[in-house]
Amino acid sequence: MRILIIGATSAIAKATARLYAETGAELFLIARNEARLEQLVADLEVRGAKISGHLSLDISKTIGHKKALETALNSLEKIDLALICHGDLPDQAACENSFKMAQKAINVNGLSTISLLTIFADTFKSQGFGSIAVITSVAGDRGRQPNFVYGASKALVSTYLQGLRGVLLPHGVHVLDIKPGLVDSPMTAEFEKGPLWSSPELVAKSIVKGVSKKRLVIYAPGYWRLIMMVVVSIPEIIFQRLKF
Amino acid sequence: MILDSWGRYPQTIATVLEPLDGPALRRLLKAHTSEGKIIPRGAGRSYGDSALAELVMSSRFLDGFLSVDSDNGIIHCGAGVSLDTVLRIAILNQLFVPVLPGSKFVTVGGAIAADVHGKNHHIAGSFCDHVVGFNLLLSSGEAVYCSESENTDLFHASCGGMGLTGVILDAKLKLQSVPGVFINRQSIVSENLASTFEILEENNTSTYSVAWLDCLAQDKSLGRSIIFLGNHANNPKFETKIRRGFNVPVTTPGFLLNKYSMGLFNSSYFNFKKLLHKSDTVNYNSYFFPLDNIGNWNRLYGRDGFLQYQFVVPSETALKSITEVLKKVSAAGKGSFLSVLKKFGKANKNWLSFPLEGYTLTLDFKREKSLFPLLDKLDEIVLRHGGRLYLAKDARMTESTFKQSYPNWEKFLELKKSIDPENIFGSLQSDRVGLTGEKDRKKKDRKKA
Repeated sequence: MRILIIGATSAIAKATARLYAETGAELFLIARNEARLEQLVADLEVRGAKISGHLSLDISKTIGHKKALETALNSLEKIDLALICHGDLPDQAACENSFKMAQKAINVNGLSTISLLTIFADTFKSQGFGSIAVITSVAGDRGRQPNFVYGASKALVSTYLQGLRGVLLPHGVHVLDIKPGLVDSPMTAEFEKGPLWSSPELVAKSIVKGVSKKRLVIYAPGYWRLIMMVVVSIPEIIFQRLKF
Repeated sequence: MILDSWGRYPQTIATVLEPLDGPALRRLLKAHTSEGKIIPRGAGRSYGDSALAELVMSSRFLDGFLSVDSDNGIIHCGAGVSLDTVLRIAILNQLFVPVLPGSKFVTVGGAIAADVHGKNHHIAGSFCDHVVGFNLLLSSGEAVYCSESENTDLFHASCGGMGLTGVILDAKLKLQSVPGVFINRQSIVSENLASTFEILEENNTSTYSVAWLDCLAQDKSLGRSIIFLGNHANNPKFETKIRRGFNVPVTTPGFLLNKYSMGLFNSSYFNFKKLLHKSDTVNYNSYFFPLDNIGNWNRLYGRDGFLQYQFVVPSETALKSITEVLKKVSAAGKGSFLSVLKKFGKANKNWLSFPLEGYTLTLDFKREKSLFPLLDKLDEIVLRHGGRLYLAKDARMTESTFKQSYPNWEKFLELKKSIDPENIFGSLQSDRVGLTGEKDRKKKDRKKA
């Protein structure tokens, strides 16, 4: 399998890449931190992956996207799976008080992904096969008081994917929306963890399964589908008073 | 957060730090030294308080491989890589891990810090005998490479040093080539302790050997057991088999494990195994890690947790002392689910390593008030016969028990003072057994003044 991973050093991406590595997959990795990226390349090679190339790039700057994806495509030739995993959990209070902060968060978590998807859509259309998998979040299912800026930017991507899925269907391209719940990763290091938290490794397993079974929207782990069904069904008149 | 280890006793309030790499670890170390003692921690699979302190430096994200040299069988990996992962990568390269403890979920860093042993100790020695070297981050923030030839003292102090010399960042391990990853297992029934010893002695050349003991059997049957011998089968199929195990989803009430249920379990297990075929070929997972197949089995002991009591006694007095221990346990009506007897080979040069030539017995006990006096009595027996307790399992041994049975403690303390004079690294256990304690004492003195 030839796989392009964007945001490769994030905990979920890393865990997913390791699962693919053990199957002998060919990988192209893009991430911001050069040193960590190089460590990951060595790690995945030991685990059995063939690394066709890697590139350090700040994904929030959309200007470099086209060139980066061209490099990846040149190196992989065809792409069976493009996995987009980058993102950042913003400080909700700071975003509420400053449009600049909110804009930055929406740019990192939402718009930059749309930029990538625009380029992917073209590549995959002409290729005529493959999967595009994007990590969004259960936070995008409903705007909750503690993290609605993050949620809104993820909802932007999820809604975009719904439309894109239809556009790419006739071209034989599969679009997967991955919605992880609470994941115990460096991004959430500051949080007290409870029983609902799961590991990046568990989420990675769901992703690999979702890709191979050509699922359309997965919750990771699966029980989050149920939790979010309940959350979404709460009438707005009550929901507006909930602080969770 | 409230933190405990595999035995779920004791518990403490700790801040867990999870650095993403070496530089981040160094930064965290500098930033937190004033808040209390720091102890490195891997998977949290030690049983007692050896990986507990005010501050815990987790190797969770130091879980990457650096390189593999399959021609020479050397693998270089981060301290947080689990042995399960090392094993999978080893098998991918037609190799095997030379020493495997009872759980594959321990980390490489933890395996070095506790110098763990496996079912082949009588032949292969312990884990650190196969460690080429490692990078150790000292309290000064400096990282040094330790091996048999470089920083030799630090190497022998850190192998089995329970994380008290510094944080292991990454390590090079020497893997082993084997004829196959399947194990030819031979099960032998023994009707009492003396014959268990005889069978273990007779089969000294078998690569792996271990005896499961029915610790509740009394009188003539005292020490009756099933001995599992193992040798690598000649099978070129190098593959990892994933088994879907059973998971204990919640903590079960502790009273479910009592002397009656355990007696029933022990005797039916014994009789069941007795009926089964005497030899078969099994997957390495079922030979080495039967308990890993039951996720969170520690929850079966209930909310109060349990203590694992593992001691070693020299060969000459082993039969006598182990008989004495089993009699005491059985008289106290305290059962143990798993009682495992293993013959050890020669001790290595590491200062605080547990194994010494003789026999080791492991017993699990549910934690209850009446247990502690019994364990104190067992300590007396073990000490009297020149034995000692395993630090990685211990949650209660006294300073004097430790110092009487680990003769290198003074040497260790001297080195510790030279590399970590302020006792930045320390655990609840090291405070208890008198390897670090001065920092607290100084603080208290200041308060008094």
